[in-house]
Amino acid sequence: MMFGSIDPALLLASVIVASVPIILAAIGELVVEKAGVLNLGVEGMMIMGAICGFVAAVETGSPVLGFVGGALGAAALALVFALLTQYLLTNQVATGLALTLFGLGLSSLIGQGYVGIKPPVTEDVPFGPLADIPFFGRVLFSHDWVAYLSVAVVAAVWWVLRSTRAGLVLRAVGESHDAAHALGYKVTRIRVLAILFGGAMAGLGGAYISLVRVPQWTDGITAGAGWIALAIVVFASWKPWRVLLGAYLFGGITVLQLNLQAAGSAIPVEYLSMAPYLITILVLVIMSSGRGKASLNAPASLGQNFHASR
Amino acid sequence: MTGKLLLSVEGVTKAYPGVVANSDVSFQISEGEVHALLGENGAGKSTLVKMIYGLVKPDSGRMVLRGQAYAPGKPGQARALGVAMVFQHFSLFEALNVAENVALGMENPPPMKALAGRIKAVSEEYGLPLDPARMVGDLSAGERQRVEIVRCLLQDPKLLIMDEPTSVLTPQEVEILFKTLRQLASEGTAILYISHKLEEIRSLCDEATILRRGKVVATCTPRERTAREMAELMVGAVLTPPARAGKAKGEVALEVTGLSVASPIPFGTSLKNVGFTVRKGEVLGIAGVAGNGQDELLLALSGELKAAPEAVRIDGVAMGGKGPNDRRRAGLVAAPEERLGHAAAPDMSLVENALLSGVVRKGLTKRGFIDWAATETFAAGIVKDFDVRTPGTHVAARALSGGNLQKFVVGRELSQTPTVIVINQPTWGVDAAAAAAIRQAILDRAAGGAAVVVISQDLDELLEIADNFAALNGGRLTPTRPVQGLTVDEIGLMMGGTHGMEVAHHGH
Repeated sequence: MMFGSIDPALLLASVIVASVPIILAAIGELVVEKAGVLNLGVEGMMIMGAICGFVAAVETGSPVLGFVGGALGAAALALVFALLTQYLLTNQVATGLALTLFGLGLSSLIGQGYVGIKPPVTEDVPFGPLADIPFFGRVLFSHDWVAYLSVAVVAAVWWVLRSTRAGLVLRAVGESHDAAHALGYKVTRIRVLAILFGGAMAGLGGAYISLVRVPQWTDGITAGAGWIALAIVVFASWKPWRVLLGAYLFGGITVLQLNLQAAGSAIPVEYLSMAPYLITILVLVIMSSGRGKASLNAPASLGQNFHASR
Repeated sequence: MTGKLLLSVEGVTKAYPGVVANSDVSFQISEGEVHALLGENGAGKSTLVKMIYGLVKPDSGRMVLRGQAYAPGKPGQARALGVAMVFQHFSLFEALNVAENVALGMENPPPMKALAGRIKAVSEEYGLPLDPARMVGDLSAGERQRVEIVRCLLQDPKLLIMDEPTSVLTPQEVEILFKTLRQLASEGTAILYISHKLEEIRSLCDEATILRRGKVVATCTPRERTAREMAELMVGAVLTPPARAGKAKGEVALEVTGLSVASPIPFGTSLKNVGFTVRKGEVLGIAGVAGNGQDELLLALSGELKAAPEAVRIDGVAMGGKGPNDRRRAGLVAAPEERLGHAAAPDMSLVENALLSGVVRKGLTKRGFIDWAATETFAAGIVKDFDVRTPGTHVAARALSGGNLQKFVVGRELSQTPTVIVINQPTWGVDAAAAAAIRQAILDRAAGGAAVVVISQDLDELLEIADNFAALNGGRLTPTRPVQGLTVDEIGLMMGGTHGMEVAHHGH
């Protein structure tokens, strides 16, 4: 079954692969924002994850260690953000933007000797006969472990936020840090941990780009995926499963425009590559039009710094 | 009634940079005792209870709980030892439901389902009905307080600390709260009660410790003292009640008819068909439990929220569709409740803040340029006339204490020779002496021919300065009634009665 020159099974399979980095980065940022911190440095953390993951994988020859390295590298950058915003109380927006710029530059420096190298291959999970089911086998059972991990992380975050005490405390801190402090919760510590988790997830997402999706190293390889992840958190109204939905939607648009380009569509390429971003803006405008922050379900303390003396 | 010694605080001192919050404070509380902590804002009451609750560590001194040295490192430890606290602000989460809010204040909460059942049981036992699944943001102030109290009761506290619990309640709700508290006390729970409502303390408390500038200045038995005596102990000076001139009222200066606006505030209350008139020289007091449309009414009168043109008339001119500056030009000035961020820009100097609201009526610009000399004079005048304690007019609004900033923002509006004055919570968080000065200034402006609307949750204040009285309840305004001859019961009913509270029917 083919639509023009596009194979729908292949298209869906590549949508899933294209969405993995955004899912990981967005679910990490969701946890950070649920704790009341706005980290705009997702793009910078992703690209640090991409290069650190790439270096670790190439040097050790193990893709798994590559992903671990990516998560650690990005978490290290997130730690810088955490120190600046949580202890030195710098402005979160400015610090996040600076983090992105810093990450882009630093990754480029680290990656100087790694251009044009192939990383070790991340194998697909062997599902045996399942992978041979027509259509669904190709769409669902022909991916590497990180793709499945990304869905598992979304499920885990959903469950933790909804059903566990840790999740309740995290939401409480993001809702009102003064109240949480008055009840004796360590606002700063909880936020730092959330930021580190967000960094590690963005790092995994970045490593996925350089190790699986592309797979090689070039400067600026993440190409705005971090910004889309940020937008998806808002698009998803801070709800984990909607992050998954949003990421597949945006991943789908990205893949579709690539496929349309390849299929020789009459629409100029530039419009197609603009599409995901235009739609991001459109969605954000529609979602926030005419109604307050509360209807968006945004954490009430989002982006506000906390100091215990108040 | 009172049993053996529960907690004794001995010579506790706590200093912050630049200020000693508590200096060598000692007091004792026994089982079943209701003990009042009295003092003005900044006297150190909050710091003291925060130390007992483990939020702040004392610099020196010690505490003994049931014969054992007591030094809680965090609120969790205090809760584990049976110390619970109901906060004045800052301890509920609007976007979480009642059960989740309760769980956050407990050490080892049971699973949510079991907890919901216990909340229902305990809340009904003490006559404080609550639905565990409701969002706290949708609850009234009285109901929110119930959440806090139930949270404490679930932990079977030995010592219950209450920080100004009645500031948001109707008189009937206060009565029911007191019954609950008396019942708790009779069961052996000690209650540490912070308030500056002295009549309440006289009716509820067994003993009182009075703090002034961080020091214990007196202890007394509230039943044996008058409210005035206790107030003077708190302030350390003799107080004079504001003087009122019983003058004939002039023509109508502010006329509001059919004012309906949607609330711009999340979880806010929309105004529904509000109507009243205020004459020149008249003070209209508008009461109501917090969150019943007070903020929205101020916004609608100041012009920040626009309404139908005919809904608001100033001196007979339809101004409902005009913004704040047009209304200022027409003679209406407004002072909102929130001092930092609404009435004043926190990081701007007093001079700049004076300009922001005074520019229209005081003519502080010349051909588009700011006349800094005139602005400086204006700001300095406010500081002098209203006794604002500040190193100078160049300091940022944020640097002033709450009471001083309140004097400044109220003074700034009153100094613009207005014909209509709208003030929300004129003396919120202001010490007794400054509050008396602000009330006197309001009465003076009214005597000078201004029409005044005072929105306040302090009933005593309204009864002291208002000629006429109305109450906001769910965004609707009751008909206006003269203050003379109004009873507290009638006021309570105007404010919406008891919001479904009932008297405790818990028996042992």
